Amino acid sequence: MTITNASVIERRTAIYDDTQKKRTGVLPTEGGAHTRPKAAAHLTDEQVNELGRELDAIRASVLAERGADDAAYIRKVIKVARTCDLAGRTALIFGKHKPMFLLGIAGVSMGKVLENMEIGHNVLHGQWDWMRDPDIHSTTWEWDFVAPARGWQHTHNDLHHTYTNVMGKDRDVGYNILRISDEQPWQKRDIFNPIVNAFLAPTFEWGIASYDLEWDQVQTGAKSREQFDKDLEALKAKAVRQVLKDYIATPLVATLTGSGKWSLAGMIGGNMVRNVWAHSVIFCGHFPDEVDVFTEDVLDGETRGDWYIRQMLGSANLSGSPLFHILTGNLSHQIEHHLFPDLPSNRYIEVAPKVREICDRYNLHYTTGPLGTQLAQTWKKIAKLSLPDEFWERHESGKPGKWQVLRDAWKGRTTPKTA
Amino acid sequence: MGVLKAIHRAASVWTSPASPEDYLQIINPLASARQLRGVVTEVRRHGARSATISFRPGRGWEPHLAGQWARVGVEINGVRQWRSYSLSAAQGHDPEITVTAIGRVSRHLVEHTKTADVLFLAPPQGEFILPTGPRPLLMITAGSGITPVMSMLRTLIPRRPDADVVLIHSARNEDDALFIDELRTMDRQYAGLTVVIHFTGNNGRIDFSNASAVETVCPDWRSRKAYVCGPTELLDDTEKLWANAGLPQGLQVERFAPALLAPSDTDGGTITFAKSDKEAVCDGSTPILEVGEEAGVIMPSGCRMGICRTCLTPLVSGQVRDLRTGEIHADEGELIQTCITAAVGPVHLEV
Repeated sequence: MTITNASVIERRTAIYDDTQKKRTGVLPTEGGAHTRPKAAAHLTDEQVNELGRELDAIRASVLAERGADDAAYIRKVIKVARTCDLAGRTALIFGKHKPMFLLGIAGVSMGKVLENMEIGHNVLHGQWDWMRDPDIHSTTWEWDFVAPARGWQHTHNDLHHTYTNVMGKDRDVGYNILRISDEQPWQKRDIFNPIVNAFLAPTFEWGIASYDLEWDQVQTGAKSREQFDKDLEALKAKAVRQVLKDYIATPLVATLTGSGKWSLAGMIGGNMVRNVWAHSVIFCGHFPDEVDVFTEDVLDGETRGDWYIRQMLGSANLSGSPLFHILTGNLSHQIEHHLFPDLPSNRYIEVAPKVREICDRYNLHYTTGPLGTQLAQTWKKIAKLSLPDEFWERHESGKPGKWQVLRDAWKGRTTPKTA
Repeated sequence: MGVLKAIHRAASVWTSPASPEDYLQIINPLASARQLRGVVTEVRRHGARSATISFRPGRGWEPHLAGQWARVGVEINGVRQWRSYSLSAAQGHDPEITVTAIGRVSRHLVEHTKTADVLFLAPPQGEFILPTGPRPLLMITAGSGITPVMSMLRTLIPRRPDADVVLIHSARNEDDALFIDELRTMDRQYAGLTVVIHFTGNNGRIDFSNASAVETVCPDWRSRKAYVCGPTELLDDTEKLWANAGLPQGLQVERFAPALLAPSDTDGGTITFAKSDKEAVCDGSTPILEVGEEAGVIMPSGCRMGICRTCLTPLVSGQVRDLRTGEIHADEGELIQTCITAAVGPVHLEV
């Protein structure tokens, strides 16, 4: 096949220490983890290994069936996304007419939602690499999102998916700017948790882009300054092209019909709709109630079955119609996605009942619910975590002096609970 | 061209980060910024087992020289599969391939290709081409080895009254022989072409291990520039014959099937890291990533457990096994996940 190797060589070579190096290859299918998460503590090594084999069998059956229908599916979604995008932007050229303005926002939003979620995220996971089509491949796809695809693949595919919900390892937990688990010690800035999150939602793509630079990793020395500079250059180049396309070139054409301002407003609106949508869906993936976070010791001796269990306990699904699943990029099947990140997304819907049955049989929680409920839980959690835990303990037990806790915490007089 | 380029650049401002071709694809399946394609213009079937497929290539194709081959890709059950075919059309004409239904890709091409289908293509390649100056030629072919030579004959014979070509072609029988009517017609029509057709079904194979068979048909074979294309045995025999006659430069050989070693029970082997110019011996259970790192090769890597695909590396040749599923990957240019695959026999990688 004729995929040029340029992109492969451009990819990052991660630095791992010796303990991590031992992980190379396939996780063991025998033995057991040194410590299991609380929610899985009732399982024996044999049961965990059997669970691993059952999930492997599900994966194998999808691999065996994968074929022309799946290829036709992703091509169709790509065609629909590009058509929506083109139609939306064309409508905005005549955006001074109200119906055209609304049609334009709808088209641009729909195009971008599909492109980012059901296409971009999943193609960049390598879900469609098996087709060997260089037009739809994890090494060539660049998405309509400010964060450059290659950098995102590193922080997301590698770091987040390998260390799902392991405190201190999964840098998605907290995104460094929010307190999203009571395992994170409270800091003064956490007071602004809900405000920060509310600001992050409509500007989500910029948030992700800056997060992918991993500035904090540079400070700790885990990431080289050289790599940071390279990533920053890539981001600058990508950001310039995105801004030029959405906020300059498109409105400029619209000035021909006197719709310049409307077109600009429509493009900003379309991007905001996409950003808020992506933010909502993604925050529902790991933060609703009942989702577990883990400590680093669960990684010791982790077997394939243990790894699967961590993915199931650390993720949450959303319930809804088939169309809803497509619009979330099938991240509504977050659990299935975390178990099988490289299986085609359109297959998660048929895999989900089997995974759920396994969870029930092994007495493991399978978190799912409608978007509204999950989103409310997520926001409530973020709001609640903006205050120290002791505040809520006092509040719930009816003890007076809860404001005193906050005042002391602010002044640094008490040590808030630490991990 | 300059204007087109300028338009393309301007358009790409609106289509970024995709290319204008990606959007054109909505209406035109031939459009792609990354993959050369061609549209099938005619399919002529010869019996049930072979067909000649003519196609019009899209932008990016270079006109072929007589005797060259091109890689042709088709999609079988959603997966792009590639194989190389000689281009049998005369130089200067739209390319065509003549395919016999052996193997998955060839069978698919013979059985399913229709006019207006899209083929995936790579530009023509190969050194099996006509000499630059006029020279007497000898062509030795067997089976589908006639296809590149057909292109040479169609290019050379009608245009050069001074051509002097002897063709010795073997086929199993009359029905299996590709282009046999055309070859006979050309033989009658042009004085400069002598065609000797040999049916191995009735008469057995021609023995090329010594000079006598060639001597009988073409006494002046030593003074001719010779071309040979066909099964490996034929190539080996003729190569030896010409070498023994002290004429190794006089013979041009076209090989199609690269020697693939069957996977043995004791997997593993030597991995050659082409760009880093390093070699390492390994067993059949150690992931290639680990082997490479041990050997000091800088390899792309990420999750180290087969989920993130950061480690994708092009396989130049050889076979590797997926340690999770046991699946073998052996296609040239295929991207393999080095963190969860191990070598099965000798492996060449492009890192």
